[in-house]
Amino acid sequence: MLNTRSNMTSHDDFYEALLSAHQGLSSAESHAMNARLVLLLCNHIGDLAVLEEAMRAARGNRPTTEVTPMA
Amino acid sequence: MKLNDAPLKDFRGSGEQVQAIQFDFRRSPDQDAKHPVSHPVVIVGAGPVGLTLAIDLAQRGQRVLVVDNDDKLSTGSRALCFAKRTLEIWDRLGVGDAMVDKGISWNVGKVFLRDEKVYDFNLLPEDGHERPAFVNLQQYYCEAYLVERALRLSNIEIRWKTACTGLVTRSDGALLTLDTPEGPYQIDAAWVVACDGARSSVRGHMGLESKGRLFRDRFLIADVKMKASFPTERWFWFDPPFHPNQSVLLHREPDDVWRIDFQLGWDANPEEEKKPENIIPRVQALLGKDVEFTLEWASVYSFSCLRMERFVHGRVVFAGDSAHGVSPFGARGANSGVQDADNLAWKLDWVLKGRTGVELLNTYGPEREYAADENILHSTRATDFITPKSEISRLFRDQVLALAREHEFARRIVNSGRLSVPATLFNSPLNTPDTDAFQCRMVPGAALTDAPVEANGKSGWLLRSIGQDFTLLVFGEVPAWAKNLNALAVVSVGVDLHDVQGLVAQRFDATPGTAYLVRPDQHICARWRKPTEAAVRAALGKAMCATSER
Repeated sequence: MLNTRSNMTSHDDFYEALLSAHQGLSSAESHAMNARLVLLLCNHIGDLAVLEEAMRAARGNRPTTEVTPMA
Repeated sequence: MKLNDAPLKDFRGSGEQVQAIQFDFRRSPDQDAKHPVSHPVVIVGAGPVGLTLAIDLAQRGQRVLVVDNDDKLSTGSRALCFAKRTLEIWDRLGVGDAMVDKGISWNVGKVFLRDEKVYDFNLLPEDGHERPAFVNLQQYYCEAYLVERALRLSNIEIRWKTACTGLVTRSDGALLTLDTPEGPYQIDAAWVVACDGARSSVRGHMGLESKGRLFRDRFLIADVKMKASFPTERWFWFDPPFHPNQSVLLHREPDDVWRIDFQLGWDANPEEEKKPENIIPRVQALLGKDVEFTLEWASVYSFSCLRMERFVHGRVVFAGDSAHGVSPFGARGANSGVQDADNLAWKLDWVLKGRTGVELLNTYGPEREYAADENILHSTRATDFITPKSEISRLFRDQVLALAREHEFARRIVNSGRLSVPATLFNSPLNTPDTDAFQCRMVPGAALTDAPVEANGKSGWLLRSIGQDFTLLVFGEVPAWAKNLNALAVVSVGVDLHDVQGLVAQRFDATPGTAYLVRPDQHICARWRKPTEAAVRAALGKAMCATSER
């Protein structure tokens, strides 16, 4: 199950690290880096059910063709 | 060349000779009969699927009529990569050796991003198999060897230049109208099998459709003849410097011919791209300017992934491209068609012989529809990777490739085609679910894997030792009751065959007493640690759709 409760020791450190990882990159380079980051983290998590839950949470209310919208 | 003048050895000739073979139209006595003459089985289409089915049925003793609208073998190389399973089916039909002797065997594929190798894969990473993962063989050779085999079987008749132009179905057969250079005539068929390709005329006459997804991309196939130093491997480039932003696939064929597929994009003009003056610079860019080559054959294509909703329509059955279509990445077209034929032949034979009811033949539908779905899924996924449909899918595709150089997991996501392996029919109604625990891939529904064996002091192969009937493959001594079972051959590993390398026991997770029930198409339908007569009888009855146990 996807854990959406706080799971970090320092949220501010994480956020700063994320932003500085993108520093000096063009918008296109940043998008590419984000894609690589998603791929690396998804592999680390591995469990497809968890990943699908995360994708649904990230997508929010916009239904996909495969997923029935929540009532 | 007319067939009358052509001794059978001409089917083993050069590519030019084989492609020059022209088959005679011969007037059939059926054409002058007062009433439509009846045939037990009529196969429409003498391509790899129709011929495979005809040979299988004829080997089982059936009389088969094949009609084909043409009088030549395939023009151009077309289907090229024939998979291990297909070769094993052809071994059972007596044509595997011809295919492998002429074909180029290969197991290894390499994937490149720009000019750098990202990774390689071996499709057959273990020893102890007679056949390689694939042989590459031009379709005209494949058809030549199949026709040669068919002509040696007296119960197969092939009528060339005979097009099926009409079909009226009944509950017990169909009336076919055939058009020939000497006018039309009608025949009656108890069973019709449509092996007449993606634009199936039979499907059209029945008002049926094959539906799915068209991919908005175009590819150029160029077969070039040259002396090249590339290894015998499948090479796939994403975004190579010689063809930027697109993909390229290189394959070796017999006779120093190389197949090159260039992705062109949807906006490419097929008529322009087909012109040699436009093809040659593309090839030259790949090979370098000093390499000499000649262009053998070229074609520009786009493709769809589609299938018919059902493959069995009463007495008319669809097999191969008429029933389903895939993109070429993965070599799942002709290979799945040959597996259709393999699945259908024994069932049709059993029904024609009255050994069981039509329920058995009807299981061809769900079994091969499931396999078609699997092929379409793999093919669609490969196509989505090779031809990204949106900016974001392109971004992820490119970043997967970027990560693949360094990170193993990303190599597993790279998809330049998931190459054909036989479908495991997990949910087949012919399977008996396991009651004992096994740790191997030979589950009910799986195609039997090969392994080296020794019989009568000679080394051989497991698959060659299994006949074309139901077989109980027993490890160790054969139980006394097994010898009394009708419709069942018994092969013992230990008595008939010797597991000299221990690979049979390993691949089947076998212990003394283990037994596998194998269908006539060499798929497993049941297995036990210690089978009882009652259990085997029940599984056999289930696998032949018998209403009562035999």
